[in-house]
Amino acid sequence: MIDQFTPLIEINAAQLHYRVGGAMSALRGNPPVVKAVDGVSIVIRRGESVGLLGESGCGKTSMGRLLLKLEDVTGGDILFDGQSLSTLKGADLKRYRSRAQFIFQNPFDAVNPRFTIRQTLSEPLENAGIPPSQRQDKIIAALELVRLSEPLQYLDRYPHQLSGGQLQRVVMARALILQPEFVVADEPVSMLDVSVRAGVLNVFRDVRDRLGLTAIYISHDLALVRYVCERTIVMYLGKVMEDGPTEDIVHEPLHPYAKALVAAVPVPHPDQSHDPLPIGRGAPDPRNPPSGCVFRDRCPYAFDRCAVEIPQLQQAGTRKVACHLFDEAN
Amino acid sequence: MTETLLSVRDLRVSYKVGASRIDAVDGASFDVPRGTIVGLVGESGCGKTTIAKALTRVIADNASITGGQMMFEGRDLVSLSERQMNALRWREIAFIPQSAMNSLDPVYTVESQLNEVLRRRGGLGRREARKRCEELFELVGIDKGRLSDYPHQFSGGMRQRVAIALALALNPKLVIADEPVTALDVIVQRQILDQLRELQAALGISVIIVTHDISVVAYICDRTVVMYAGKVAEAGSMQATLTEPSHPYTMGLRNAFPDLQGAASGTLTPIEGAPPNLAFPPPGCRFAPRCPFVLETCRQVNPPLETVGPNHVAACHRAGEAVELRTQAARVDTWSGKVLA
Amino acid sequence: MLDATIGKRPGFVRRVFQSLRLPLNDPFAVFGLSIYGLFVLTAIFADQIAPYDPTEILYTPDYMLAADLRPGEDGHILGTTSLGRDIFSQIVHGSRSALLIGLTAAFMVALIGSIVGVVSGYFRGWIDIVLMRLADIAFGIPFLPFVIVLAAFLQPSIWNVVIAMALVLWRDTARVIRSQVLTLRSRGYVDAARVAGSSDMKIILRHIAPNILPMSFLYGSIAIGWAILTEASISFLGFGDPQSISWGYMLQDAFASQALAKQAYYWFVPPGVCIILVVSAGFFITRGYENILFPKLGR
Repeated sequence: MIDQFTPLIEINAAQLHYRVGGAMSALRGNPPVVKAVDGVSIVIRRGESVGLLGESGCGKTSMGRLLLKLEDVTGGDILFDGQSLSTLKGADLKRYRSRAQFIFQNPFDAVNPRFTIRQTLSEPLENAGIPPSQRQDKIIAALELVRLSEPLQYLDRYPHQLSGGQLQRVVMARALILQPEFVVADEPVSMLDVSVRAGVLNVFRDVRDRLGLTAIYISHDLALVRYVCERTIVMYLGKVMEDGPTEDIVHEPLHPYAKALVAAVPVPHPDQSHDPLPIGRGAPDPRNPPSGCVFRDRCPYAFDRCAVEIPQLQQAGTRKVACHLFDEAN
Repeated sequence: MTETLLSVRDLRVSYKVGASRIDAVDGASFDVPRGTIVGLVGESGCGKTTIAKALTRVIADNASITGGQMMFEGRDLVSLSERQMNALRWREIAFIPQSAMNSLDPVYTVESQLNEVLRRRGGLGRREARKRCEELFELVGIDKGRLSDYPHQFSGGMRQRVAIALALALNPKLVIADEPVTALDVIVQRQILDQLRELQAALGISVIIVTHDISVVAYICDRTVVMYAGKVAEAGSMQATLTEPSHPYTMGLRNAFPDLQGAASGTLTPIEGAPPNLAFPPPGCRFAPRCPFVLETCRQVNPPLETVGPNHVAACHRAGEAVELRTQAARVDTWSGKVLA
Repeated sequence: MLDATIGKRPGFVRRVFQSLRLPLNDPFAVFGLSIYGLFVLTAIFADQIAPYDPTEILYTPDYMLAADLRPGEDGHILGTTSLGRDIFSQIVHGSRSALLIGLTAAFMVALIGSIVGVVSGYFRGWIDIVLMRLADIAFGIPFLPFVIVLAAFLQPSIWNVVIAMALVLWRDTARVIRSQVLTLRSRGYVDAARVAGSSDMKIILRHIAPNILPMSFLYGSIAIGWAILTEASISFLGFGDPQSISWGYMLQDAFASQALAKQAYYWFVPPGVCIILVVSAGFFITRGYENILFPKLGR
């Protein structure tokens, strides 16, 4: 029985490790490994909107690429509707391609500059075997769905003839044209001008509600995530730090890293806190993460145990947190 | 009121594109008081970066300053000779270009790049330069042991600090930073802004921050200059422009931003449409085609900058009704119903 | 409605020409292309242009061997060789073998190099490693000695040069195309095509190939010059095909017949000039392409 509460996606201890450095370091027996995603387990229910929050290098974009099978896991497993993504092939993969879609960060990079909007939007239709006679109607419908008014006038234009906001709507239309169930959006408004961002975000929210999409929204800005997602997952160096309802994380972040992220979100008000952030300087180094808890070198609350034992994700009230500070609570 | 360090009046910068001339900056006026941080805000193409570059007179080959004044400590930067201007650059006015952190030369150590500026431009000796390098690193909060590192050994945030150190090398009075935190993550963004604020207060310099992000302005600036389509739409203290905006564009920008302190269920309101093509600007107010409060005069007569409060100017025919317009602007339906260009 | 011209799809031929992006704005390239054009026409109409068969031994009207005639004598525009063959006809027919070798070698080099580069760059993994190690080996082979060895094993023929080039010179093209494909592959629209369900083949043909075509063409035009030059060197060294007339063969013939001592400049200067012209024409076209492909280089 499929209902709102059946999981659509189950991520079980997913890993994406890259070997970096050339053949020489591999010969020396100790190739440096970047753990872009390291043991992430998440269950996403049908119709849920989840924000993946974190700084660059935290693995949020890699996670998105894994979910769309643009990369394959190097360990663990991802199940979509009960089917493992790593073994998808042939017709099954083709079916998956029409069920899961991606909205890219940079609309100017996400469409082939040599293709007209019509050609760009035809590609998924072609692959799904939609006959040419039906394509135009579907394209128009998709462009109307993303509220591009008078869509006919755009069909034969090239990407450089459109503004960033318009082009991002085209990218969304391409993602939605086959009526997918699941959409991953990777910072879809970060390249856009502020006055048009709100428009694109509103379309995203709207379409998601209208089509009952399961959505993942990747961003480093909690304010944006909060606008579109009821649940937020905070990542740091390839691991999940905190996972719970967005409002709870906004109002009372538990993990020290989540605390810093929340405090750092810029707000458009004159009256705001200028207190220093509760986080050490420096940047996460994915090639050389600290032992134990990956966040401990920047954590103001770190203690002995953090250096030796990797904290596991565990329930703390409405959320899950991976931090030794919350061990006692359990 | 504090003394004015820089006063820009009716500045006009034009680009020649093919046979046509585009006024990227079309009669902009604003002041930068000594010891303050001024935020130059607007969308891409509004002319904010062009102004920033015009202030150092390092502009594109096909661009020229076609009018106005830029009074900097009694001298008009527009009429200075190239040699006089060159003497001023870096020593008095320093510019941190957009993505400066990526423009450090990868094959030289950070120290030799700092040295280049200190010794060539500043005329410092070897030992003085070394001392100054260490001072500068201390100033921007990087361990001086890392002076001999190469740019790729630094993170993005650290490189941005190095770019700031580079700008401060010769003790300028005015630092212009073009989108200093745009490419950075929120935490690093915040740390860099804190650093800039700290340095500005400690050194008593003035800073112009060019940004598209009003939350950056809200966090760090004392004054705001809002630009739209090559003109100043509104300028005033940061408090006044953000809490009591008098130009509909400023009101719209405020609505378009998600606010973590606000209610969860709020709806963001986009400003429908797009800025005008500057090759064919509309005859009246440039915001008129997107403005929900547009009158017939707006489409014909370009509104001048007028005082709307203490030290607060706005270019809007309806600036007198600002209080009423603000309440209307807060409603979502005010902004919808416009066609999307 | 929108201006109809924007939406008009150019015809197939025009699209191919557009993707080749012939450098028609660069005066040097236009010069090079016209030289090519001239030689191509000469090669096509060689039988009509050349007054004599290039290998025919000619006699004067008084039945003497027409050997070592000066230019203009007896109607021989560039004179004759020591064996009594018409030099002008040899030059005209030499353009045939030059262009035949040049174009086939260019085609092979561009084709093999592009395929290897695309496969390597697009699929990565072990196939990339294998192909690139092969390229490394090819880089280690000294070209001219390799051609000589090949000529020693096979029949002396102008095709040796083409085979040798196909076996060795694909390496440069492959490396460059591979790196081009690596950057193209990381473009968002390639990922987008994958998410949209396009097959690898379709992605390569639609999104990758149009972008690397000018690069293949550039390396092809470099290879033309190389092939002609190599054929000339091989023929001059005496490893060429004695049956076919080429400019290199003419030089070798002139050298062996002590043309220099006889001050028969009309014999060895024209083939030399032709080689220089064709090779430098290739170079000029290359320059034009570089301007298109790497506009930031400036000059």
